[in-house]
Amino acid sequence: MTFLGMPARAPRGVGNLRGDESFPDAARTALADPQLRRNLRHATTTIRGKTDRVTAELPDWQELRAVGAALKAYTMAHLPELLERLEERVTAAGGTVHWAADANEANRIVTELVRATGQQRVIKVKSMATQEIGLNEALAAAGIQPVETDLAELIVQLGRDRPSHILVPAIHRNRAEIREIFLREMPGVDPALTDDPPALAAAARRYLRETFLSTPVAVSGANFAVAETGTLAVVESEGNGRMCLTLPETLITVMGIEKVVPRWRDLEVFLQLLPRASTGERMNPYTSMWTGVTAGDGPQAFHLVLLDNGRSAVLADPVGRSALHCIRCSACLNVCPVYERAGGHAYGSVYPGPIGAVLSPQLTGVEDNASLPYASSLCGACFDACPVKIDIPAILVHLRNTAPHPRSERAAMAAAAYTMDRPVLYAAAQRAARLARIVGRRGRGLPPPLSGWTASRDLPDPPSQTFRDWWAAR
Amino acid sequence: MRIALFVTCLADTMFPAAAKATVRLLERLGHEVVFPTGQTCCGQMHINTGYQADALPLVRRHVRTFDPYDVVVAPSGSCVGSVRHQHAMVAAAAGDRSLAARAESVAGRTYELSELLVDVLEVEDVGAYYPHRVTYHPTCHSLRVLRVGDKPLRLLRRVRGLDLVELPAAEQCCGFGGTFAVKNADTSTAMLADKMRHVLATGADVCTAGDASCLMHIGGGLARLRAGVRTVHLAEILASTEAS
Repeated sequence: MTFLGMPARAPRGVGNLRGDESFPDAARTALADPQLRRNLRHATTTIRGKTDRVTAELPDWQELRAVGAALKAYTMAHLPELLERLEERVTAAGGTVHWAADANEANRIVTELVRATGQQRVIKVKSMATQEIGLNEALAAAGIQPVETDLAELIVQLGRDRPSHILVPAIHRNRAEIREIFLREMPGVDPALTDDPPALAAAARRYLRETFLSTPVAVSGANFAVAETGTLAVVESEGNGRMCLTLPETLITVMGIEKVVPRWRDLEVFLQLLPRASTGERMNPYTSMWTGVTAGDGPQAFHLVLLDNGRSAVLADPVGRSALHCIRCSACLNVCPVYERAGGHAYGSVYPGPIGAVLSPQLTGVEDNASLPYASSLCGACFDACPVKIDIPAILVHLRNTAPHPRSERAAMAAAAYTMDRPVLYAAAQRAARLARIVGRRGRGLPPPLSGWTASRDLPDPPSQTFRDWWAAR
Repeated sequence: MRIALFVTCLADTMFPAAAKATVRLLERLGHEVVFPTGQTCCGQMHINTGYQADALPLVRRHVRTFDPYDVVVAPSGSCVGSVRHQHAMVAAAAGDRSLAARAESVAGRTYELSELLVDVLEVEDVGAYYPHRVTYHPTCHSLRVLRVGDKPLRLLRRVRGLDLVELPAAEQCCGFGGTFAVKNADTSTAMLADKMRHVLATGADVCTAGDASCLMHIGGGLARLRAGVRTVHLAEILASTEAS
């Protein structure tokens, strides 16, 4: 193969990495919804409290983070070899490995694999990669019904909604809304269903058990894949994932290429980091691992689809590539003051929150998600919370430097820099600004784009003298 | 000690009271303050808005201006954060290794006010008197970029007459974020609304912080609501005495 330039980005027209609106416009809708604000505030505050407790109790939490970061950096530096090793091990264990350059190719591979089984329905384990590529839409277009089996994903699917959180996709829904969705959309639901959480869970269980027992094909994602052994791992908290991974005859796993880890023992680090950072649990409830196929036990056909979809392009950026270290724990979402108020849908991508703001623009090319690098006050809470120490604020600043800028802003910034590099001109500009403020209306009313400030905030009264004038006269 | 003041463009232009208080305070403690007049702006706004090329001459000017001094202080966690964590990066990205090395060197000698007082000058009781109920907002860049920790609180606790009340959810961002406040004005305002709610819940007369920018944001919101709570820079509180 000849290398002819930058690797491709995630293609347009397929998948769920691009929103219809800019972040500020989409956020405006969410900010005006009191129910959504309450749901998000309650959920993120609760998760933050749990996570703080279980990370503070580990004496070696900071060392674990450092090791997690180092393992990921090593993996990215050796990705081609590790993926080839993984392919070799999976194949040796009876699985089949497929390479998908982008969303279209991955969707085509999975659709053909399902078609080959003759089945018209698949059960799905919660998976970010398949949401990213729009696999459900592709399967439906091919006449195959995908059934989400993660409770929250099921709520989203039945509600014809979009996920708004990586780990808790229905975080924007409360139990009254979930009851309504179940009553309206769930086949065979008890019309006397209450909004008691155990009753809601029981209704989902009844529906899903029937589906598990009657569907012989499953599609999953993967949290980790061990290059050394060819072992895949899925980490979940309901047990529904394990049903999908063990009951069917055919299992198809779609995995982003960055999910590989070098050695079996590396899981020791990540299985400590992930549950504590994500749900605030000390140990993950259901950790399923499998290596190829085992005669007479579990799926007898296993396919692994390795997905690029822009990841190689991210890897080519020395600053941006650490976004690929993400283990999808959602800690950054849960601590982000912007996410807590604007909600996940405002990001327009399956990857919301701070990690989404650095990952989505890199996968699609920043011109297709130009407002996302700016969807942060750079407060740094995400960097502190990240279990693999991704410096998200630094990547945001880096991406802003390559994002397309409005022409008027470009001119204003150039003029400001020109003035600030000339102290005499700068002092004159300070005096002019003060005069303009005194002559103009005090406190309120600036022209766009500065009107965004004065819409909700007064400007301070201009001082009678700048500091440097005071100093000179001293 | 001879200390160079990096006033910051915002304090210079809009909040000279914070800068004058810094001078008054350090002189009262027996130090010599100098003001290198070649200084303008650290370039953080340009860097954080995506204009690193425009920021480069500002970084170069800042490094050239402050390189001759052993100790530099700024009444801003955010601007010191930019000097310490962004200047060398901007220089290196532009391929200017010698500037990057000098920027690192200047950064190592640049302190936010509470760092200078507690770590370098080793003083917590600065002899201040400020008879007001005060709550402290730990600005994001002081807290998470510089890691000043409880240094500002240690200074405030030693101020006579001052009734210090804890700010709920103090570590949450006020929503300023530089151009974020304009580009994402609605989300910024929602964050500000929560910050103001917490400030008002303390019953404080004064909200203080180590950054004029965050105080301009919180103060601008409180003023719009006619909330009757003032924002005052930490330097102004520490500079106050019974005589003043």
